[in-house]
Amino acid sequence: MAPPNNRRPGFSKRAQYSIFASYLLGILGAIVGLLLLLISIFDPRGFSALRTIGAEATAPISKTLVEIGSVTGNAAENVSAYFNAASKNAAMKRELEKNRIEILEARSLKQENERLKRLLGLEKEVPDAIGMARLISSTSSSSRRIATLGLGSSDGILVGQPVRAPEGLVGRVLETGPTTARILLVSDSQNVIPVKRANDGLPAFATGRSDGTVEVKPINLGDNPFKGGDLMITSGSGGLYAPGIPVAVVIRQNDTGAIARILANPAKVSHVIVQPMFQAETVAAVQAEQGVGVDGNGTDSEGTEAAGGGE
Amino acid sequence: MAKPYRSRINRQPSQFRIKFIPSITVILGSMITALPVITDYPILPPMGLLVLLSWRLIRPGYWYVWAGFPLGLVDDMFSGQPFGSSAFLWSLVFIILETLDRRGVGRDYWQDWLIASLSIIFVLVCGMLIIDFQSNFLRLEILIPQILLSILLYPFVTRLIGAIDNWRVAT
Repeated sequence: MAPPNNRRPGFSKRAQYSIFASYLLGILGAIVGLLLLLISIFDPRGFSALRTIGAEATAPISKTLVEIGSVTGNAAENVSAYFNAASKNAAMKRELEKNRIEILEARSLKQENERLKRLLGLEKEVPDAIGMARLISSTSSSSRRIATLGLGSSDGILVGQPVRAPEGLVGRVLETGPTTARILLVSDSQNVIPVKRANDGLPAFATGRSDGTVEVKPINLGDNPFKGGDLMITSGSGGLYAPGIPVAVVIRQNDTGAIARILANPAKVSHVIVQPMFQAETVAAVQAEQGVGVDGNGTDSEGTEAAGGGE
Repeated sequence: MAKPYRSRINRQPSQFRIKFIPSITVILGSMITALPVITDYPILPPMGLLVLLSWRLIRPGYWYVWAGFPLGLVDDMFSGQPFGSSAFLWSLVFIILETLDRRGVGRDYWQDWLIASLSIIFVLVCGMLIIDFQSNFLRLEILIPQILLSILLYPFVTRLIGAIDNWRVAT
């Protein structure tokens, strides 16, 4: 370390004052930072404009890098696919035969399902996709789990819309910019999703743990009915997520519920689909009642309320 | 092509480089979140902080005590943390480092690394606690890979910043 040149102010009043003033400014900076922090904790959407500027500024870089990355990634996969090609081919043929039968069964089930729905008059328009795009980056250096999507308000993306991949739920839109949107991932600790168990509809909440898993807590406290392998799907309560989107698979019990692994790993999914809100009018009504938005803090009080009463 | 004539003595380094290169490198470091790395847990080292600490420890006396505040604000735009968290934490780190410098004791490389490591741990742990104190307090082990990676990366960042610093003051 080079010896600093202005260490000792000596008896010079001016030097002493300038040191004092620099400290004062430093402490002032810390205090202002703390105030900003408090403001952003109590009003998480307050500074979204600044974050949007940041996301928009780096989006071209991210988009280019994503394209390059996908090309090189595919090349590596193509090369590795040549190894064990023969044995893989045989295994895939067997799997194809098996799947063909299952597809036929599923098709007949689907027809029957549609017929029954028509009988019940339950035919509801299936929420179609608003847009499909890649996740271009994420907050990998922070404990928040927020990803950036390469679509924005100019593509019709609105705050609160669910985002999913073929494998399962990815998250929901938190903030939108003109060409980018920030997605609150399922694994974020501030994201609470009303879910139910796929086989018997047991209602529960899934809260992110920032490490690729969610904590599943049953609504009926007292017993702990979960066991490994239980599939959790969205219940549709709260009107935000359409029911039946796979969310996570239980891997082990803990003392209040269970830990479940998220099905749609945002690092692996290539494209995600933004869907319209399942029942936008319900969400709006709950928000109007409670006086809160689908806020950035994502406490999901609207989901809690509706799911608690709705099941 | 012939080089334009330059005086061999009494050259002045570029004032733009002298004044702005450190801040620019810190901001570029903060933009590491633009990399298309999408993970389920925090893993990328906070490059803005690493670059800033390198500059701060290589060149004590270059930065004002309050410099952590504006650079932290820029970092907050990219990091995804609640706005103001880096501004607050980096300011605290700068005040502590300034106080250490005032002691006037020379430090060696290993002590610099230790100081940088403690600062990194402080900022990352506090950053996680700021988000949600109650539930994150019991889960701090999530940060261990990121902290280790950052601490091990620090010497390399310092070498890079040292090279940039040589170029910055070169005439």
